[in-house]
Amino acid sequence: MTIPPLSSEARPGLAPGVRLAFDKARDQWVVLAPERVLVPDETALEILQRCNGTRQLDDIINELASAYSADRSEIEHDVRDLLASLIEKRIVIA
Amino acid sequence: MSAVRTLSPPLAALLELTHRCPLQCPYCSNPLELERAKGELSTAEWMRVLDEASELGILQVHFSGGEPAVRRDLPDLVAHARKAGLYSNLITSGVTLDQPRLTKLAEAGLDHVQLSMQDVDHQTAAYIANYPGVQGKKLAFARAVREVGLPLTINAVINRHNITRVERMIDLAVSLGAGRVEVAHAQYYGWAIRNRAALMPTLAQVQEATGRVEAARERLRGQIVIDYVLPDYYARQPKACMGGWGRQFLNITPSGEVLPCHAAQTIPGLTFESVRHRPLADIWARSEAFETFRGTDWMPEPCRGCDQREVDWGGCRCQALAITGNAAATDPACALSSAHDALRALADTASSEPPPDFVYRRMSPQDSKAALATTTG
Repeated sequence: MTIPPLSSEARPGLAPGVRLAFDKARDQWVVLAPERVLVPDETALEILQRCNGTRQLDDIINELASAYSADRSEIEHDVRDLLASLIEKRIVIA
Repeated sequence: MSAVRTLSPPLAALLELTHRCPLQCPYCSNPLELERAKGELSTAEWMRVLDEASELGILQVHFSGGEPAVRRDLPDLVAHARKAGLYSNLITSGVTLDQPRLTKLAEAGLDHVQLSMQDVDHQTAAYIANYPGVQGKKLAFARAVREVGLPLTINAVINRHNITRVERMIDLAVSLGAGRVEVAHAQYYGWAIRNRAALMPTLAQVQEATGRVEAARERLRGQIVIDYVLPDYYARQPKACMGGWGRQFLNITPSGEVLPCHAAQTIPGLTFESVRHRPLADIWARSEAFETFRGTDWMPEPCRGCDQREVDWGGCRCQALAITGNAAATDPACALSSAHDALRALADTASSEPPPDFVYRRMSPQDSKAALATTTG
């Protein structure tokens, strides 16, 4: 089964049982999920911190594009790529 | 060896709150010598352990057993874990928890529930757990978990009695609303090694099951995460047991002994220390049991010179002991081990004969009587 691409109105959020937390012992952000601990890189962290289940994908992309004064289509590509892989792993739902 | 070595803190701890359990699964991961209720850590002691765990850098705790829900203080321990910033997972048989108690656990901040499943077939499930009606109770529990809004993983232990229904177990997990299913071949230590002939599937069965799991993964992509644990006896490469001895994980027994893995007590000559007598951080960093097989210095050839030594960390010490009699030997699951063919022969022989009866997991008769005396007396 292939997963259809997200609509720009989708509101991605962390899946139930998944938490973003700051790990003081290792001085880094971590994604805590069932039997898994993931360490997001800087870009992934910026994206995940905006995935709260209420914000729309379009707004998340716009925000990041302006925060980094980056090309919107490039940001969109990065965000969609990351979310697609995290949805498959059930870290994110939309 | 360098004088200064940096040791990372563990990521996760398995907390065996009790060895008491209503089920008697013949592949139970608990030791053959089960600990009794009267030796269990108190609520206050477990709370201190949770604080020490968080302080040490542990991120996730798994409340396990036995059946952890037989402890009346489970909601208090879950709440304490949450307060300490820990991610908490409940590993349960699901037969003792009703919806009000589940709701209490959810309110206490439980993050996730992992439910063991013996089979989809009710009769075989009851046979494996030695508990009539077990499957009906588990199905009701799984539904209650979802109603309360907790995320669910189904944990199916695969053996010769249920292996032909592996696909149906995955589909059942989907229909129950689980986000994840762990399809794990029985691991042959402790009770399972005693029941090896009664549990071991044939190579052909394993290959068939593996194909079905892979197909299900493709079919269910995005719907459910399927973790598949291959059987060591038919493997060619060892697993990085526990992510490497003393590298990511620790296990605490009901009475507070801290182990590098749940089967470590089978290794003769290792001494284990208790959270009752020494801080958890000290035990992790300096106790003999953790130091003995940590890193790569202890390794014999062919591990020592192998380019996989920091990938599989030499595999499993308990399996090396069980098969070769030497805990420091290369894991026989590795094709480079001199005991590899013998391991495979054990599996072939065991699986080619009709399965003997199970030796069910239970306390010895004297122990059961003593336990009964404690609860009623």
